[in-house]
Amino acid sequence: MTEAVLKVENLQTHFFTKAGVVKSVDDVSFEVGRGKIMGLVGESGSGKSVSGFSIMGLVDHPGRVVGGRILFHGRDLVGLPDEEMRKIRGRRIAMIFQDPMMTLNPVLRIDTQMIETIQAHEKVDRETARQRSRDALGQVGIPSPDERLMAYPHQFSGGMRQRVVIALALAVNPKLVIADEPTTALDVTIQAQILYQMQKLVAEQHMGLIWVTHDLSVVAGLADELCVMYAGRIVERGPVGRLIDAPIHPYTKGLIGSVPSRNPRGQPLTQIPGMAPTPIDLPAGCPFRPRCARASDICRTTPETAEHLPGRFARCFHPHLEDAA
Amino acid sequence: MSVFILRRLMQSLVLLCVMTIIVFAGVYAIGNPIDILISPDATQAEYDRAVRALGLDLPLWQQYLVFLSKLVQGDLGKSFVFNEPALTLVFSRLPATLELAFAAMLLSIVIGIPLGLWAGLRPDSVAGRSIMAGSIFGFSLPNFWQGLMLIMVFSVFLQWLPAGGRGPTANFLGINSSLFTAEGWQHLLLPALNLALFKMSLVIRLTRAGVRETLLLDYVKFARAKGLSSRRVIFVHVFKNILIPLVTVIGLELGSVIAFAVVTETIFAWPGIGKLIIDSIFVLDRPVIVAYLIVIVLMFITINLIVDILYSVLDPRVRLADMKS
Amino acid sequence: MSASQTEPLAAAPAPAKKAISPWRRLLSAFFESKLAVVGLVGLVLIILAALFAPLLAPQNPYDLTQIDIMDSKLPPGAESYTGMIYVLGTDGQGRDMLSGILYGLRISLIVGVLSGFFALLIGTSMGLSAAYFGGRVETLIMRLVDLQLSFPAILVALILLAILGRGVDKVILALIVVQWAYYARASRGAALVERRKEYIESARSLALSTPRIIFRHLLPNCLPPVIVIGTVQVANAIALEATLSFLGIGLPVTEPSLGLLISNGFNYLLSGRYWISFFPGLALLLTIIAINLVGDQLRDILNPRLQR
Repeated sequence: MTEAVLKVENLQTHFFTKAGVVKSVDDVSFEVGRGKIMGLVGESGSGKSVSGFSIMGLVDHPGRVVGGRILFHGRDLVGLPDEEMRKIRGRRIAMIFQDPMMTLNPVLRIDTQMIETIQAHEKVDRETARQRSRDALGQVGIPSPDERLMAYPHQFSGGMRQRVVIALALAVNPKLVIADEPTTALDVTIQAQILYQMQKLVAEQHMGLIWVTHDLSVVAGLADELCVMYAGRIVERGPVGRLIDAPIHPYTKGLIGSVPSRNPRGQPLTQIPGMAPTPIDLPAGCPFRPRCARASDICRTTPETAEHLPGRFARCFHPHLEDAA
Repeated sequence: MSVFILRRLMQSLVLLCVMTIIVFAGVYAIGNPIDILISPDATQAEYDRAVRALGLDLPLWQQYLVFLSKLVQGDLGKSFVFNEPALTLVFSRLPATLELAFAAMLLSIVIGIPLGLWAGLRPDSVAGRSIMAGSIFGFSLPNFWQGLMLIMVFSVFLQWLPAGGRGPTANFLGINSSLFTAEGWQHLLLPALNLALFKMSLVIRLTRAGVRETLLLDYVKFARAKGLSSRRVIFVHVFKNILIPLVTVIGLELGSVIAFAVVTETIFAWPGIGKLIIDSIFVLDRPVIVAYLIVIVLMFITINLIVDILYSVLDPRVRLADMKS
Repeated sequence: MSASQTEPLAAAPAPAKKAISPWRRLLSAFFESKLAVVGLVGLVLIILAALFAPLLAPQNPYDLTQIDIMDSKLPPGAESYTGMIYVLGTDGQGRDMLSGILYGLRISLIVGVLSGFFALLIGTSMGLSAAYFGGRVETLIMRLVDLQLSFPAILVALILLAILGRGVDKVILALIVVQWAYYARASRGAALVERRKEYIESARSLALSTPRIIFRHLLPNCLPPVIVIGTVQVANAIALEATLSFLGIGLPVTEPSLGLLISNGFNYLLSGRYWISFFPGLALLLTIIAINLVGDQLRDILNPRLQR
């Protein structure tokens, strides 16, 4: 792998609520290389979004990053002063949110929202910033960008809005983009367009991209590497093709088995028994233990991340190595 | 836009007609004005003549038309007490009330919005909690009693400010107001504070609630993710959104401030229309009551109209909805 | 779903509380706020004090044989020559302020609660009818509501009383007229949401009678907002009645509510005899604060949007 844009080491983000401490992100490590796409997959509540917000330094009260390091080009972002972090946010690391209907401020025109972003990071006059905004809109395939700059968000369709958001995020040439389920709220055809656009931009601009999603089928054709999260931990990490063809963690296997398109017709979909645990009282040891067919007594202790096969990491005592080897 | 204003104007006109009917019916219901106008020992012939002279022998709808045509000419009869045209009387007292109402509104905005912002941004801090407790207090404090207490503390015990009356007025830019003399300010301060306290609590609560709701929205988080300074996030992204409900409520409350001036003016012997109406109710000075009602209704309709227009200017979504319809 | 990261938290406490009935849950939610409990306790005490005023008051302030004009305008804590101590002083006629306040509280509460109750009855019926029947009925009722609400309560009450004259019944009537629209709007809003739900459809298809559907099915589900409005409105009604009485167009002197007591004290205020209007006002303030504290918490726990 080429030099890493981002290296997350043992990240821990906890929420201190009245009901107790919620370990939303617990000992998570991964890295993203230049021009690479890393898929972060998990169910809602697995901590994938919180991981993204932790990198951005935007964890809301009562949450806090309590441990680990977030190395961005070798510089640790954890504990950085607010003003330093603000300069990185948006400039070096951009974020795209899930619902394009909600991410743009409804009472501000598009040009206001784009120009303010550029001007927050670079000392350029309004006209230059406007030019660049227009170019950015054109780049993501928005027709007649000059007119559209003067419009309000509600005058765009969902897909167009997400393009605006992407244009906004990319207008300042970030080195890393965190996309938090950016296509979930969109129609399938538009999803495909956005995916294509993102892939193209990553390749052109040599940036790293973290694609957070609950939908394996979306990242399968997009990412270079996958991290599968369950209950605040990364349970499996590996190159996308091999991981999907032959998952080694029982949870990943269950997840892939429940995707319709990957199963032969006529065969029943497999289902993971039980419910995802509530993050407040996780079972001791491996959190997947109560739902796992392979669980044994040893699973009552926490498994460490281990490289079971070359490039294939998993937190499991009983990995599915038989198909993968 | 102009279609919208035209339609609202039409609605206002209809409302005005409805209100004149109600006022007319109300006046009619108060009792037979003849009994007050002529002496009890008048003969039947004198009585009949008076009835005819006043048009009271006409059918009700004709009486209403007569009332309406006189209203259009600005003739609402003479005050029994002051022997002056009622409408002139009301208009001569109006500036004092408007001065008081605007001063009160200004106080509640200038103090209320910053306090509300603070309480919304730091809801759990001591200051935030105190501000909220204060606003509950302000809400519960009966307006008239609070006025008495202001007099008690500042006029009787501390002897800082006069207990009542309006100070001397001066003319500035064609406006005659006590705002332009130092003594006028001294007289204005207590009544304005009395009138403002309730609205101030309202503004604080609205601002706080708006800030808290808006802060949770994705677009605020996205604005932060873009790397904007917190000042810009709060004063542009959050504030512009809460401005919409705020302007609406503040505008609509202006009418209620003018209505509540009745109490304040009575306590502080402020020579406005509020004191006039109370005095007129006591002596059943019907023409003045009617004139007051008509003026107040007109003011309310105007205020509502202005607020609606402002609202559509501030919120681009409303503008669009209007263009479509 | 938004990108909010608090989402795992919201789900967390739910399973533990599954078995508890909704009323119990509401009750325990209510007691979570100390301030609300203080308000509730205060309110209960105030109601008890008003109920048992004749037993608690040192004198009957309206029995002329019990008051002495010689004792007029005494400051708090003063002693009459008969040895009686006026804890809160006396008014211009030599009445014990404490007794006057207890009796006045009674009148204020009765007027507030009665008017609130009738306004609730009328307003909710109107609101539910509007939501259930729709069409012209709805348009008519809601136009009326809009018209009513576009004018401040005090103005409407002022005009009504100017027309009707003074008297307890007239004040109550004016307060009902002023308040009903709030209930109508709230209950209609809630009923419109409920109406679309399936159980109303099924009740209709069972050919249940209209009143039965409205009162047995719609009403219970519209109660939360109505209850919240009810508490706030009773406080408002008490304050408004006091204001009107203070202005001299509310209750007659034979029914001295707190507002009238304060009004009487106004004349003595400038000479520094603060207690005659201060203490009745304090009683009024405490009553309203207590109701508002309870109302605030009720609104928080009954509002599904704010449930944390």
